[in-house]
Amino acid sequence: MKKLNRRSKTVLLSVIIVLVLTGIYVLGIFLPEDAAAGSFLEAGQSPSLEHPFGTDALGRDLLMRTLKGMSVSITVGIAASLISAVIAVFAGIAAASGSKYADAFINWVIDLVMSVPHTILVILISFALGRGMKGLLVGIAATHWCSLARLIRGEVLQLHTQQYVAVSRKLGKSGGWILVHHLLPHLAPQFFTGLILLFPHAVLHEASVSFLGFGLSPEQPAIGIILSESMRYLSAGMWWPAVLPGLMLVLIILLVDRLGEHLKMIMDPFHAQE
Amino acid sequence: MALEAKNIYFRYNAKKPWILEDQSLKVEKGERLALSAPSGCGKSTLAMILAGYLKPSAGQVLADGKPLPAKGLCPVQLIFQHPEKAVNPRWRLRRVLEESGGLNEDMLNAFGIEPAWLDRFPRELSGGELQRFCVARALMSKADYLICDEISTMLDVITQAQIWDVVLRETSRLNMGVIVITHNMHLARRTADRILELRP
Repeated sequence: MKKLNRRSKTVLLSVIIVLVLTGIYVLGIFLPEDAAAGSFLEAGQSPSLEHPFGTDALGRDLLMRTLKGMSVSITVGIAASLISAVIAVFAGIAAASGSKYADAFINWVIDLVMSVPHTILVILISFALGRGMKGLLVGIAATHWCSLARLIRGEVLQLHTQQYVAVSRKLGKSGGWILVHHLLPHLAPQFFTGLILLFPHAVLHEASVSFLGFGLSPEQPAIGIILSESMRYLSAGMWWPAVLPGLMLVLIILLVDRLGEHLKMIMDPFHAQE
Repeated sequence: MALEAKNIYFRYNAKKPWILEDQSLKVEKGERLALSAPSGCGKSTLAMILAGYLKPSAGQVLADGKPLPAKGLCPVQLIFQHPEKAVNPRWRLRRVLEESGGLNEDMLNAFGIEPAWLDRFPRELSGGELQRFCVARALMSKADYLICDEISTMLDVITQAQIWDVVLRETSRLNMGVIVITHNMHLARRTADRILELRP
């Protein structure tokens, strides 16, 4: 077989990662509700062939619960990072293209949001909006756009000084036309890479805020909920409810992070040779 | 019908020294003027002001008696020294040309552009080939005046000759006013009707 070059290998790996992630997501969604319903006869079993992740103190199968939880986490992650990235693009372009005052104001907001620890801000917003999915989504989306917005602002400022943008203006093109045809195509790689690298942050914050009890409600099979329940039984020697779902979470985060790096290598000409 | 610069003063801000002081010039339609001066005298700055890329600190630029428009097609088009900076690196060259108007075969022939080049990216062409696209883009915009700011300095002599052949032929056909900026006096004498030395 012909040896694949590095670029094809990167593309192939990215496709595999996407397939694995979609697989987990779809599996979690289509699992019947009672797959994770337990019976007290099976409570607190350690991992076995029948229950690969063991069962929790209520006898629920932890693999099923983790899969369900992962799909909830992935939904939250995708939605929150997408909203965040879109806010970042708008804020970045507005800061770079608007008046000096708009720029100063947006920079001030970015500094303000970044100066407060994320977790605290997410907890505050989520709590103020009545917790649950909506509170979490708004909380995470409202706190994660800052660094990407800064990046995009810098990129747009740099593009505005390019000769071909100035030429385009003198050829009679409007600001909107230049935005769509000259600026946005240059921002696409930043946007997609930023979007994917935001995802792990969003998922981890979802998990940690749910773990602390300010996020999703306790009956939802979210990763954060599973982990916080496991705390109660850890001292009784039940290690599997904490370790195995935790590892699963780490695995997903690493996969998405790797996907983001690969995407950067594929789309960004400055990293194309890596 | 002329492009006129009246008493142009320019500096970047009040603390910086003057780059241009009380410069005036006038080019009729169909006339070719060469601007010549040693490096660092503000030739390129003057070119940017004449084409509306920079605002003069004092004085005004009039094209056919009217100030340059702030929006829309500028009647004065500038061709830069480095063509690779003046085209979007992510665009195929067909799109670069179409930014200033529709393509047709006669024009491509006139500018010495091979049809195969249209589907390439800028980095896949040489400097001379790219500069033809910049010339074509400026001329297709239907502007009345053209400023060539050292457009052939980095090219070898044969390519220089080819580029100037295209520029001179097409601008006289379109009856455009041309300002040739160069510090090569031979080139200035060869291309222009009149030579203006910028005072340092």
